[in-house]
Amino acid sequence: MLATVIGFLYQFADTFAFLILSSVGLAIIFGMMGVINLAHGEFIMCGAYVTVLTARAGLPLPLAMVLGALTAGIIGMLIEYFVIRRLYTRLFDSIVATWAISLIATQGMLIVVGPSIEGLKTPFGSFDLAGLSFSWYRILLPVIALLILGGIYWLFMKTPFGVRARATIQNPSMARALGVDTDRVYALTFGLGAALAGLTGALYAPTMTTVPTMGSAFIVQSFVTVVVGGADVLLGAAPAAAVLAFIQSVLTASYGQLIGQVGLLLTVIVVVRVLPKGISGWMLRGSN
Amino acid sequence: MKTRKAAVGIAAIAAAIVGITTPAIGADPVKIGLLEDQSGNFAIAVIPKIQATQLAVEEINAKGGILGRPIKLIHYDTQSDNTRFQEFARRLIQRDKVDVIFGAFSSASREAIRPIMDRYKQLYFYNNQYEGGVCDSNVFVTGAVPEQQFSTLIPWMMEKYGKKVYTIAADYNFGQISAEWVRNIVKEKGGTMVGEEFIPLSVSQFSQTIQNIQKAKPDVLVTLLVGANQASFYEQQASASLNIPMASSVNVGQAYEHKRFKAPALKDMYVTANYIEEIDSPASNDFKKRFHAKFPDAPYINQEAANAYNVVYLYKMAVEKAGSADMKKVRKALESGDICTDGPSGKVCIDPKSHHQSHTIYLVHVKADHSVEIPKVWNDIKPYWLGSVGCDLSKKDDTSQYTPSSPPKK
Repeated sequence: MLATVIGFLYQFADTFAFLILSSVGLAIIFGMMGVINLAHGEFIMCGAYVTVLTARAGLPLPLAMVLGALTAGIIGMLIEYFVIRRLYTRLFDSIVATWAISLIATQGMLIVVGPSIEGLKTPFGSFDLAGLSFSWYRILLPVIALLILGGIYWLFMKTPFGVRARATIQNPSMARALGVDTDRVYALTFGLGAALAGLTGALYAPTMTTVPTMGSAFIVQSFVTVVVGGADVLLGAAPAAAVLAFIQSVLTASYGQLIGQVGLLLTVIVVVRVLPKGISGWMLRGSN
Repeated sequence: MKTRKAAVGIAAIAAAIVGITTPAIGADPVKIGLLEDQSGNFAIAVIPKIQATQLAVEEINAKGGILGRPIKLIHYDTQSDNTRFQEFARRLIQRDKVDVIFGAFSSASREAIRPIMDRYKQLYFYNNQYEGGVCDSNVFVTGAVPEQQFSTLIPWMMEKYGKKVYTIAADYNFGQISAEWVRNIVKEKGGTMVGEEFIPLSVSQFSQTIQNIQKAKPDVLVTLLVGANQASFYEQQASASLNIPMASSVNVGQAYEHKRFKAPALKDMYVTANYIEEIDSPASNDFKKRFHAKFPDAPYINQEAANAYNVVYLYKMAVEKAGSADMKKVRKALESGDICTDGPSGKVCIDPKSHHQSHTIYLVHVKADHSVEIPKVWNDIKPYWLGSVGCDLSKKDDTSQYTPSSPPKK
C-alpha cells in the first residue's frame, strides 16, 4: 500500500514537472504573445546541446545549464528581431516561419554536430523507499518547475518590466503612446520564453539522449498544457499540468504508456470542448 | 552580363547531365536505389548503413563494376518517415527505373514499401535485423531474425540470471512480434513472463515503466526499444538504480548506446548481434580499416553497416551468376543456394527457401565501464524458421509476413 502511494506521488510529480517545464517557454511565447511557435522544441534542444557540450568541456553542471538557457534566450531574441517581429499580426505566416526555423535547426544540428552526442550522467544518484528506488534528480525537477512558475508570476505581476510587458501585449499602441518601447519589450519577452525553453532542455539534458530531434519529445505536452491552461497562462499552467499529470499517471500506472498518452490527449479534447477558454478561463469566469 | 551568366549556368547543367548519363567506363550503369533514413528519429543507426553501402559500391566500381558495368547509387533520404518511403520507392521504380532497391530501417517503413515492391515485382533487399517472418518472392533479407537472435539470447540469459522475464518493447510490428518470440521461448524453456509493456515511439519519459519493472522483480529485462526517444530509458533506469540484467536484439548493435551514454547506464546489457565494431577478427579489422579510410569521422560501425555492406556484394554475385541485371534472372540466381559472401563477420549465405541469410551471432556483453566482451559466439546459424513452417519461395510465390501465432496455412 505504502509503495503504491509513494510510487503514485512520485509519478504524478514527475509527469507534472515534465508538463510544466515543457510548457513554460511556450506559455509566454504562445500563451501571452500569441505566436504559435513550432520551433519551441528546438529552443529546448538548443539548451540541452549547450549544456551537454559545455558540461563535458569541464564547466560545472549548474553553470552549463544557465549557459544553455542564456544561449537559447539570445538566439530567441535574434530570431524575434529578424523574423518574428514582422509577423505579429500574421498568425498563419508565423506558423510557417517557426516551422521552417524548426526544420532548419534540426537538420542543421544533424549536419554540423552529427546524429548524436555522448550524454551526461544524471546527478545525485538514487534512494530506496518502500521496496522501490527513486532518482534524487527527478525529485528535484518538480520543485524547480514550481520555482520557475513562481518566478514568472513574480516577474510579470510585481516588476516594472512585467507591467510594461502585459501592457504591450494587451494594447501595443496605447503602451507606445505612454512611452513604452514596445519593440524592446517584445524582444525581451520572446527572449525570455526562448530562455525558459532552453532551461527546460538544460534540466532534462542529463536524463535524455541528446539528438537533434529531441525537441519533438516535448512539443505535444507543451501545446497541450498551454491550451488546457487557457486564457490566463500565468494562472492556468499549474492547474492544467496538475490535472493532466493526474490523469496521465493514473492511466499509465494501470494500463501502460500507450493508454496514458491516449488519456492525456482525450482530456485535452474534452477540456477544449467544455471549457473553450481553458482552466484559467473557468477560474476567472466571474471576473469579466 | 546576365545572359552570359545564364549561358554558363546552362552549360554547367548540361555538363552535369552528360556527366551522369555517360559513365566513366562506358557501359550502362547498374542502377541501385537506396532508401535510408539520413535524418529523423532513426538517423543514428542508419547513417553507418549508408556509408557502408557507399563503401561497397566504391570498392566494386574501383574493380570494374558488375559484369563490366559501373554501379550507380541513387540514394533518397527517407527522413524516418513512412510516407517518404512510399513516395521515393515509387520514384525509384517509375522514374529512375532502378535494377534493385536496398534499404529501410524500421519494420514499419519496410511494410510501407513492400506492397509497392510486390505490385511492380521490384527486386528489393531489406538490409536490416528485424522481427522475422517476411516470406516474399520479391524481397531478400540480410539482417538477423529471431531464430538467430532470440533462440540464442533468451535461453542463455535465463540460464545465467533466472527464469523470470519482463519485456518492454516499441509499440509497432517490430516490438509486438519480437515480444511474441520472447514470450514463446521463455515459456518453452520453463520460465515465466512477469510483465510486458509496449511503448509508443514518441515516449521519452520512463519513470512509470521503471517502477512497474521494480514491482515485478524480474531476473531478466528484455529491452526492444527503438529510436532516439526511447533510448532515454537507459539513463533513466540507471539513475533510478534499477540494476537488472538486460537483453536485447536491437541495442548496442544498432545505435551504439554504449558509446553514447555515460557508464554505467548500459551495465549488464546483453545483445545478440551479427556484427559490432568491437569484433576483433581479421575480416572485421580489415573492414574497419577500409571504412575509416573512407569515413574518418564515422562515430561507430554498427551491425546494420555490415548487413548493408554484404548486400551489395551478394547482389553483385547474383548478377554475375545470372549474367544480367534482369530482375527475374537475378532472383533465380539468388535462389540457387550458393550465393555467399565473406563479409565483416565471416561467411554468410542466402537461403533459397526463405530469402533470408545465415549469420554468425555474437553475444555482446556491455560491462560497467561500457567496454564490451563477447562471452559466446554461435557460428553460421541458418534462418530456419520460415522454411520449417512451410515457406518455400523457390517453389511457391508468396508476399506475406508470418508470425509464430499466424504461420502459413498448410
